[in-house]
Amino acid sequence: MFTQLRPAAVMLALMTLLTGALYPLLVTGASLLLFPHQARGSLVVEEGRAVASELIGQCFSDPRVFWGRPSATTPNGCNAASSNASNLGPTNPALVDAVKARVRALREADPGNAAPIPIDLVTTSASGLDPHVSPAAALFQVPRVARLNLLEEARVRALVLAAVEPRTFGLLGEPRVNVVLLNRALQRLAHPPAHAGTNMRQ
Amino acid sequence: MTGNALAQCAVYLVALTLLAVPLGSFLARVFSGEATLSQRVLGPLERSLLRLTGPRSEEEMTWPAYALAVLWFNLLGALAVYALQRLQAVLPLNPASLPAVSPEVSFNTAVSFATNTNWQAYGGEATMSHLTQMLALTVQNFASAASGIAVLLALVRGFSRAQAKTIGNFWADLVRSLVYVLLPLSLVLALALVSQGVVQTFEGHATVALADSQQGAAGALTTQEIALGPVASQVAIKELGTNGGGYFNANSAHPLENPTPLSNLLELLAILLLPAALCFTFGALVQDKRQGVALFAAMMVIFAPLAFGCVAAEQRANPLLARLGVDQEVSAEQAGGNAEGKEVRFGITGSALWATATTAASNGSVNAMHDSFTPLGGLIPLWLIQLGEVVFGGVGSGLYGMLVYALIAVFIAGLMVGRTPEYLGKKIEAFEVKMSALVLLLPPLATLLGAALASVTSAGTSPLGNPGAHGFSELLYAFSSGAHNNGSAFGGLTASGTFYTFAIGVCMLIGRYWVIIPVLAMAGSLEQKKRVPASAGTLPTHGPLFVTLLTGTVLLVGALTFIPALALGPVVEELSRAALP
Repeated sequence: MFTQLRPAAVMLALMTLLTGALYPLLVTGASLLLFPHQARGSLVVEEGRAVASELIGQCFSDPRVFWGRPSATTPNGCNAASSNASNLGPTNPALVDAVKARVRALREADPGNAAPIPIDLVTTSASGLDPHVSPAAALFQVPRVARLNLLEEARVRALVLAAVEPRTFGLLGEPRVNVVLLNRALQRLAHPPAHAGTNMRQ
Repeated sequence: MTGNALAQCAVYLVALTLLAVPLGSFLARVFSGEATLSQRVLGPLERSLLRLTGPRSEEEMTWPAYALAVLWFNLLGALAVYALQRLQAVLPLNPASLPAVSPEVSFNTAVSFATNTNWQAYGGEATMSHLTQMLALTVQNFASAASGIAVLLALVRGFSRAQAKTIGNFWADLVRSLVYVLLPLSLVLALALVSQGVVQTFEGHATVALADSQQGAAGALTTQEIALGPVASQVAIKELGTNGGGYFNANSAHPLENPTPLSNLLELLAILLLPAALCFTFGALVQDKRQGVALFAAMMVIFAPLAFGCVAAEQRANPLLARLGVDQEVSAEQAGGNAEGKEVRFGITGSALWATATTAASNGSVNAMHDSFTPLGGLIPLWLIQLGEVVFGGVGSGLYGMLVYALIAVFIAGLMVGRTPEYLGKKIEAFEVKMSALVLLLPPLATLLGAALASVTSAGTSPLGNPGAHGFSELLYAFSSGAHNNGSAFGGLTASGTFYTFAIGVCMLIGRYWVIIPVLAMAGSLEQKKRVPASAGTLPTHGPLFVTLLTGTVLLVGALTFIPALALGPVVEELSRAALP
């Protein structure tokens, strides 16, 4: 009955050392050496401080910028310290109400736009931190963003199209637009830094 | 289905097969001690681990000794996980200063990780310290997967040995699985994932300054705290070991756990890689490769149509949203379909394919929220779990489960023609059939009794996150997932209360050990039998006829056991959806 107890204890200790300590340490060391940017969270650093992660969505509500996926994290949306989904079922009235409210907010922000709203723009993502929207969802917002920033629609549209990430190898995943990076590009387009602006116009 | 959806599924299935065949024969060489090159490199590690474990750690064991070794090892592992969670507040590597985990969640998690279920009653980054994730969870990810392979090897010896008394040595099997298979594959996969953006650091959080302040619960937020940690090392083994317990609460939907379509494909391949490869290993170890191909074929015949079905179901528009002025159609510019609880980068195809794979295997990691799937799209993962986790299934456990079904299949065939059934030259007699019946009946019994109890008590129904038939699907999914050691969830259910932590904990124990014990007992009985030469009356167990018989048995047993319960959940929801105003 107890003959295997001692080997079990020793084996567990050895495996803990090997797979619980050495293995993660080895992966961490190799990662920081080979892929230091990715291993630390793919942070965008500006003037010495982190201003975003390329991979983590932020919640935008200002009508002058592009909005991303709604987020179901608590206590506030886009809480990257506690990822979460709505887990609402497809027939749950709460889902229908939530989508209705998001549709209303988008319509109020852009009363002139009667086009159907791409579904990903009014449904929450699985992580609550999805940085992307579909190209359709970004293009839907072009008229509003262009008008409120006093920019030509064609320029904003071109900005969106340039930001579209295609399927990997033309096959995997879905075409998408990173809203965090798109809004940073929009910022540069709408408010070009003085010295950079003169250069760009040439 | 769109052309791209078909292509993504096809590429996945082909890539899986192309990787599984060579890996399977490599594993066979490892387990029969013929992988000379790897043994030269990793042999010293293998031998020193065994030497340190004890002087008699390589002696052959009888089946009861083997079973005791498995049980002691798993029991001590569970106790260690429990202790680390309870003590994490006073232990190092806790940069977010997380408090001790509650006793009931600690119990549930300890059982969950020891049994290779990885049901998560807790919310990853907000509950477990780095130390707990590493020393408790990552270790059990390796230990439970290696235990599964070991039990499979013991059963294989039951078939391959004749008139023998011992079924191998658990410690040797465990160490070989770890040193030659799980560790090297995890290392490679972890680094590949980091290259895609999965984080791997001992820092606690990164703080980023927001350009536009965000409205928070208590005033405006000007920064975003991003949880980090040694994620890639755990994600690699969670997929390869069919564990599924994510570092983050959102599991593989989290952008720092699965950032790109390529990382998604790699993780998706890792989910089914070892269970698929072990089919070919089995064929090589029993000296008849066709046997392994037949088992693989039977699994694929069930898996592929269900994967396509799930993609098609999720691509359908939600009729309740259709009149709100939204566009749910698939086009070149959007994935459309049922987008709630899905990530844009994976779309419908990547999410539905994952849901099918993770429930076919007893993996249970998710990259989309199954609770928000359409009724039929959610029925497919639920039913795949209920089939007993034998369509690929867990590492080791999927194949020993499928072998039990193979015995039942030859038994049924034997009844039809009135002959004593045989499998691989061994007569299948009353003892084997009794043990097989235990394996087939106990997990469904635990599932249905648990679901019945939960349906009629407020402790069972008040934690539900959705009303009506969908709420019933939630609790049925929870007990199916626990009793079949899958670990995924209809996550709207709040599983951290006393009732669910305890009830699911018991289901997980039954589903793991009341399968392992009968399987090892069967190995002990089979190895003593003589090998009967195949005669004209022997049912060949490698042709299309047997594949049909085997898939028929799996589907029939799964359907007969669970159709009444499924009818009350997803089926009612689908039908009522059509009738809603």
